[in-house]
Formats: sequence, structure tokens, C-alpha cells
Amino acid sequence: MTAEGGLRLRGLRKSFGAMAVLRGVDLDVAPGEVVCVIGPSGSGKSTLLRCVNHLEPLDAGFVQVDGLLVGYEPRDGRLHESSERDTARARLRMGMVFQQFNLFSHLSALRNITLGPVKVLGRDPAEVEAEARELLARVGLAGHADKLPGQLSGGQQQRVAIARALAMRPSVLLFDEPTSALDPELVGEVLAVMRDLADQGMTMVVVTHEIGFAADVADTVVFMDEGVIVESGPADRVLRHPDSARTAAFLAHVRRHPEAD
Amino acid sequence: MMLENAHTLEVVRRRGYASRWVVGAVLVAVVGWLAYTVVTSPNLDWVVIGQYFLSTPVMEGVGTTLVLTFATLGIGLVLGALLAMMRQSHNPVAIAAASGYIWFFRGVPLVVQIVFWFNLSLLFPTLGFAQTNAVITPFLAAMLGLGLHEAAYLAEIIRGGFLAVPGGQVDAALTIGMTRAQATRAIVLPQSVRVILPALGNQFILILKGTSLVSVIGGGDLMTRAQQIYGQNYQVIALLLVATGWYLILVTLAGLGQRFLERWAAA
Repeated sequence: MTAEGGLRLRGLRKSFGAMAVLRGVDLDVAPGEVVCVIGPSGSGKSTLLRCVNHLEPLDAGFVQVDGLLVGYEPRDGRLHESSERDTARARLRMGMVFQQFNLFSHLSALRNITLGPVKVLGRDPAEVEAEARELLARVGLAGHADKLPGQLSGGQQQRVAIARALAMRPSVLLFDEPTSALDPELVGEVLAVMRDLADQGMTMVVVTHEIGFAADVADTVVFMDEGVIVESGPADRVLRHPDSARTAAFLAHVRRHPEAD
Repeated sequence: MMLENAHTLEVVRRRGYASRWVVGAVLVAVVGWLAYTVVTSPNLDWVVIGQYFLSTPVMEGVGTTLVLTFATLGIGLVLGALLAMMRQSHNPVAIAAASGYIWFFRGVPLVVQIVFWFNLSLLFPTLGFAQTNAVITPFLAAMLGLGLHEAAYLAEIIRGGFLAVPGGQVDAALTIGMTRAQATRAIVLPQSVRVILPALGNQFILILKGTSLVSVIGGGDLMTRAQQIYGQNYQVIALLLVATGWYLILVTLAGLGQRFLERWAAA
């Protein structure tokens, strides 16, 4: 058991009404590992990420980050949902980047980044601001600190969102289709930032349709379909020589229609 | 005509049709005639209007109208925000309670509610140790009637403001470790204010004029005072014009204040 770092998912189950979206998902992510999750639309990839940081409560199973249970505490042989405050504290260890960016539209790029460290972590505002400016420079947006999200392109907004997640110093970053809402010419700038993070040893779980990115950057590729992990393994092997016929069919389909969702 | 050298030709803008002038002239004539007959009517005593416009009872009435207006807005905003949050919550009892409140207090005419609170003693002769009539003064009855009614309207306006903030931003706030309450305060409220303000300005003007309804229970507002005065001197039209003048002044000031607030919120 990896008690000191990384992410550990066991037996995750989640249904919306009669529809079972996750049907028992196990996954381990070691510190510094980059895992790309691929699969057809509706396979449960996005729900998986939302369950990992407890934006959606689980029906069964558990998530540990750095050895800590997320959203639950064990008591008399069962898992009880934690208080909101405890859940929020466990969530701090995971940053999340959304498909639709979800920047706070009334705050400047800089304030989007500083809000969490100042309000939630109670850190010194001046120190946080200096750090936020460094983060903006790191994602290539040094001159855009005072702009509102509406004044930035999609690619720029997504890079601010990445900086906002990084400012909380998470041990894992979760990416939910971070480039799917972007115009094609803006995808590259976001992937470049993510590649840098991976090179610097960030632990990342990336739900994506960018097979090329997965091939270049991922250590592990996970193929999901119908709420279960069909296949997972080293990126090279899964993408080139998949064991499962379903994986092979999906990859063939995506390569024929690179724009298809 | 040759248009090759049109760039050298002077452009003459159309002045409009003659019918515009005719309509304008008719309007001026009608409004002018109406104003003339009212102003010069032998049944209207301008001296009386001048005499009462700044008189102590009228000024007290204006003061009470303003106090009632702001108290109503205050009660309405606090209770309305609470109701809006209840309707947005995941608690079915809270949702039902808030919906029921809005259904009831929006459905019953304001004047009925005001008269009800004024006559509360008929239903509950005592409140705890006190006589109901000693506690529920006309002013308090007016405030309760107006405030509880207004809360139902403001709840819906505030809820509309909440809905205008994309839910993804709340998700994002949660992922940086905020609780739901923190996300509401830091993310949802500041953004919904901008959406709510124009409707709120409108509502303020409605409240301001709505306070005149408390004259049915002698609430002490501007309209009550005007009625009390013309009840004694029979100068009904003159005192209604005094009230009209004051309401228009207050509404105009409110409109200016709204424009200022909206500009401030947009900045």
C-alpha cells in the first residue's frame, strides 16, 4: 500500500438513477506518474474524476490521496461521509482543471489564482501574489495578470485555470478533457504547459481525447468503457499493442476521425 | 444625373415627414390644455399646496415613508436571500417551505396582508406576556405586511441572480478547498449582485409607492398624513397633489441612485 503518496482508487461505483456510470474501478497512481484515461464518450471518464475529488459522492468504494481517505472516514466497519470541512481539506491535495475552464468570471486572472491560497490556506496576500505572478509567467501569461477571464482566449483561460490549481500546491492534478472546448489552434499551448508539468514530476491524471499527447507524455494509459477499466498499462504498449479488441477498435476509430469526440 | 462624381455632392439628411410635426403639435396642444385647466381650476387652491408641501405633518409623513421603504427593503433582502438559498438547497423540506412561503405571500394581496397584521389581536389577543395591540402598532403592522410580502418577490429575484452564475464556478471553488458557504460568499453572491441590481431598483420604486397602502391602517406615512389633513380641511385634490409631488421627487431620486449603483457594480 502506497501510504505516503499518490492516488489509490478501490471499487468505485456510481449510478445516476438507473444508469450505472462507474461499475467498480480500481486504479493506482504513483507519485510523479502521469496517467491518461481514454475511452469513448459516456464511458464514465469524467464522472471518475468528479468522484475522485468527491464533487460527486460515491455509491461504493473509496479514494485515498497521500494515504488519506477523501470524503469519508472509517467508523465501526463502514465509511461515513465526512463533514464538509474535512472533505474540503482532503480535496486540497488534488487540483482540478475543467473542460470549460470555470474561471471565476468576476475576478482578474491574478485574483483567480490568489483567492484559494489567501482565503482557504490563510497565507500572506503579498507572498501569494508574488507566487501567482511567477505561476502566470510559467504558463506564459506574465502580461495578463489584470485581465478578466472574458478578455482572454480559451487557451489563455485554461492556462490560468492550471495556474489556479497549481497555486494550491496539490500533490495530484486532475484534468477533465482540458482541451476539448478549445479551438484547434489553441490546443497546442495548453498541452505544452501540461507537458512541462509532467516533465517537472507532477502527478497527473488526464482524461483526454488527445491520443498523441497520451503517447508522448503518459507513463500509463487507461482505457475505460461502460464504467470499467478495460485495459491499462505502459502508454507505449496500450496504444501500440492493446490486449483488448475494444481498445484496438477505439484507437482505430479515433485515428480515423481525429476530430471525433 | 451622373453619379460618377458623387463624392463631390453634398449629402442632405432627411428631415422627417410632415405627419411627425402634426402628431407633435396635437400632443403639445392636448397636454398643454390639460395642464392649463388643472392649474387654473378655481377648485384647486395653489396657496394650500404651498402651505402644506413643507409642513411638519407632511414632512413627518415623508420620513415615515422613507423609513418604511428601507425597512421593507432590508427585511425583504435578508429574508429573500434566505428563501432563495433554501430553494437552491438539497433539503426537500427547506425547498417545500420556501416554495410555500413564496406561493402564499405572493398570492395574497398586499393590502389584505397589511390589514391582517393590524388586526392580529383578533386572532391572538396576547403575545406571550404582552397585549397584542400594545406590540403591533400600526407602524409595525405596516412593516410586517410590506416586508414579508416583499421577501417573496425578492426571493425569486435573488434566486434568478444565483442561477445566472454557472455551476462550474462553484465546482471550481470546491476544488480549491472552499466549503459551499465560502463559495456562495466569494463567488456566487458578488456575481449575482450585478444581475439583481436592475430588478432591485425597480422593486425599490414599487416598495416606495406601495407604502401608501398602509394608509388603510393609519400607518403614519405620507399618504396617511395627506388623508388626515384633507379629512379636516376638505382640500382633497390639493393634498393629493402634495403627495404626488413628494412621491415623484422620491422616485426620481431613487432612479438616480439606481443608475449610480449600476455604474458602480459594473466597474
